This record gives sequence, C-alpha cells and structure tokens, in this order.
Amino acid sequence: MTLAEILASLFPEGHSVNVADGLITGHGPLDGRDLSVVGVDGDTPLGIEGALTLSAAVLATVRAGGAAPILVLVDSDSQRMSRRDELLGLNECLAHLAKALLLADAQGHPTIGLIYGHSAAGAFIATALATRVLVALPGANPSVMDLPSVARVTKLPLEKLETMAKSTPVFAPGLDNMVQAGAVQAVLDPVQPLGPQIAALITDLPRQDDRDALGKARGGRPVAHDIAARVVEAARA
Amino acid sequence: MSLSWYEASARQRVAALLDAGSFEEFVGPEQRAMSPHLPLFDLPRAFDDGIVVGRGRLDGRAVYLAAQEGRFMGGAFGEVHGAKLVGLLRAALTETPDAVLILFDTGGVRLQEANAGETAIAETMRAIADLRRAGIPVVGLVGGRAGCFGGGGLIAGTCSRLAVSEGGRISVSGPEVIETNKGAEEFDSKDRALVWRTMGGKHRRLTGGADVFCDDTVAAFRAAALDLVGRAPAFDLATLEAEQARLEARIARFGDCRDATAIWARLGVNDPAGVPALSAADFDGLVAGLEGTTHDAR
Repeated sequence: MTLAEILASLFPEGHSVNVADGLITGHGPLDGRDLSVVGVDGDTPLGIEGALTLSAAVLATVRAGGAAPILVLVDSDSQRMSRRDELLGLNECLAHLAKALLLADAQGHPTIGLIYGHSAAGAFIATALATRVLVALPGANPSVMDLPSVARVTKLPLEKLETMAKSTPVFAPGLDNMVQAGAVQAVLDPVQPLGPQIAALITDLPRQDDRDALGKARGGRPVAHDIAARVVEAARA
Repeated sequence: MSLSWYEASARQRVAALLDAGSFEEFVGPEQRAMSPHLPLFDLPRAFDDGIVVGRGRLDGRAVYLAAQEGRFMGGAFGEVHGAKLVGLLRAALTETPDAVLILFDTGGVRLQEANAGETAIAETMRAIADLRRAGIPVVGLVGGRAGCFGGGGLIAGTCSRLAVSEGGRISVSGPEVIETNKGAEEFDSKDRALVWRTMGGKHRRLTGGADVFCDDTVAAFRAAALDLVGRAPAFDLATLEAEQARLEARIARFGDCRDATAIWARLGVNDPAGVPALSAADFDGLVAGLEGTTHDAR
C-alpha cells in the first residue's frame, strides 16, 4: 500500500497528515479520538534534521498531555550515511527520537509502528522498533543489511548466503524473518479498513516487551528469551 | 591501575574497575551459553558470546555491569550477546542496584545474526528507558578497540551519562561503512586522524555527545564512573525537551562546518589543530575555559 492509500484507509473522514522532505507529521481522528502520526516516507534516509523534526512532533504530543496514541509510519532507507551527520552527532539524534517515543509510551501515549515499505539499520531502530507494538503491511521489507552487503562483510559467496537465507531466518532480510524474530508482532490485512485494526492493537497492547518470547515461539530467535531469563534468575539467586 | 582500557580485555576491565574481588558473573563462560548460529558460517564461538554480565561494588555502591569484548567478533550484538545484556537490564529493574554500567566495545549488529542483534538493541533501549524512569542511572563507558558503532551508538545515546576516552569513537555509520556506500571522497576510512577528530572522545565531549573525557586507564574510567552515577538526569519531558533544544542549537551553530576543527574554532578553541595531542588534564583545562560546553540533557 502507498502512504496515500494507508491514510485514506485509516482516516475516511479526512486528516491533516503532511509529508515534507520524506518526513510524515500530522493528525487524524481514530475511534473518536485524536491519533498523532509521525514517520518517514519514500525510502528516505533518516539524518540529524529529520530525526529532530520527528522527535519534536512526538514531544509536542507528550507536552499536550492526554493519552493520544502515536502512529509511526515507516518506509525509510537506513540512517543517512555521511561525514556531516556523524560529525554533528547522528547517534544522539536517532537515540533522542527513540527516547521521545519511549517516553511518550511511558506517559500513557500508546505507540504503534507500522512498516509499509523499506527500513534498515539505525533508522529502523530509532522509529519502528522504538514503539510498543510494531506491525507491518504485506510487501514491507525491513532489514538490517541487504545480502550483497552481508556477503561483502562476511566474505561469503552471495549464492551460499541466498541458500542459507531460505532456512535461517536469523540473518536474512525481509518481513517474514523479522516476524519470526518477534520484532514485528503481526501483519495487517490491507483489504480491510486499517482504522479498526490499529484501534484493536491499541486496546490490546502488550504489557511488557514480549518480543523475545515471540521470537522463541516463532523460531526466529530460538535462545534469546531463555538466556535473558537465566540472567534474571541468576541475579535473584 | 594504570592498565590501558583500550588494550585490556573485557574481563580485565571488569576486575580492575570494580572493588577488588566483588564481581559476581551471571551466566558465565562455564555455562557455555554460545551462539547457536555461528557454526552455520564456519565461525568459532566464544563461551561467553563476547559479553560479560554481572554485579559487583564500585566504591561500595551496588552496581550491575555489562562489558563487551571487542576482540570477539568486534564486540557485535549476536542473539546470546544481546540477550545477556537485556537480561541484566531487566534484572536491574527488579533488584534495584545503585547504578548500571555498560562498558561498550562494539561494531554494532553481528551480521551473521542480524535480526536477533537488531531486535536486542531495540529491547536494550526500552529496558534502559525503564531503568531511567525508575531512577536507576545507566552510565556508559566508551574506550575499547572496537569503539561504539551502529546500534551501539544508539544505545550509548540512550544512557544517562557517558564517559569516553580518546580511543572511544562513537558513531552510527562507521568510517568503512560510509566509505563503502558513499566513496572515499566522502569519508576516507584510512585517515585515522579524520576518524578520531570526527567520532573520537574529545570531539564528543566538546560538542556534548559525552559528559566526561578521560585518560585511557582503568583508574580514569573508575573515577569517571563514580562521578557520573552521582549526577544522572531524570528521564522525563523536561530532560528530553532540553535535549531537543541542545541538539537543534548544535545544528544551527555548527551545521555548515565540514570538519571538527572548524567546530572547535567556533567554540573558541585557539589552537584547534593542537587538540588531538592534548593530555586529558590539559583538555579538561581547555573545556573549563570555554562557554557552552556543559551539556546536561540526555
């Protein structure tokens, strides 16, 4: 689905969501209350200015009080790779955006991520992965790194990686693998109106971070949940 | 105590940082919690998957601590590695130590386990936010040979406070990643001086990306950790609004600078070219004489 189709499906009565320089901000009515929308469109890389534009919008929602949910729509590239971004503290700006979303969630604003296109690496961590619950639309393509780049870094032949990717969800790019890792909770139905599907997620938010439990149940992250639990157990002993 | 932080292993750092004999490891190497994935790539495994987690005492204070081993797979976040850190942070939330210390030494996500590593970084950031909301300071120490890159840089930016040494480079895209994707004219990763002044400890301290610059010794990091656990900012709207203003002001003031030396000159440093050679004591003296280098909000 395109962003325009998503917004039309979410807000049949209209909305005030705008896109400028690939950055999404605005509001729309959902289930009788205001839904705040932020995000990245058009496979845009996320740099220092973009991260601060989005964090400002999130903090404005927190400052306004109440319990307006925040929807994070994502079709981004990775973080913007440049000398200038790193010189000026891209790690701080991306972390700041993630912290703004985590604070909003802690102060009673349900945060929902919806990935409908690409996203990768630091941009993915600072946006979609910093929400309370992350869902996707079919065709979304989250990744850490594409296979040709993985081949370059690991010095393994691309053909071997492609074969391995079919049986090993833990390293391969793509939506199915991120679902199996527990990072993406569910895939929405694009044929049905999105508003009620998002509203249902808000009603039934996971109480705690259950991504490692999902990863274990789905087989994409077989040991993380148990290792973390063993550390907790050792600390209590 | 003059042991070099950069040269030391993760276990040496932990032993020398904490009060003597106080460290107790959780899920230690004797338990053989190893990566289930590296054998698929014909790669060797480590009994601790490149991270040490546990608790101990820092000048009598109860601390939880995680130390990454940069010499195993570049300290990268694999499934077990990440889960040990997440488990430690979750344990700290219920056991309420006086502080949590993270000794960063990481290139970011371990690509052979990329989805697990990436998700663990997101879980780590959520767990740090939970700890900070509960009033438990999370202090990052950055000075290892692998630096603090990729998702490690985002986790560092989530900590309450950061101490960094000259070797402690912090960034998201590493020099090689920028060069591979954008070319050597954008970033020449072999230019070590460029790497150090763009991502290194002094630049981060001068521009607000870290709270303390320290010498490359375990003793200096111990003193910095003790200082920082006592002055952690709250994790609330006021702090994040102040951080928003701080980061916006930085871009407005320095956004047209091509090189760190131009930023330092604009900060009022008389001899920007001489900054890399300054000792920690001389550097602290320089910082004390400059306006606008106190950056409390993070």
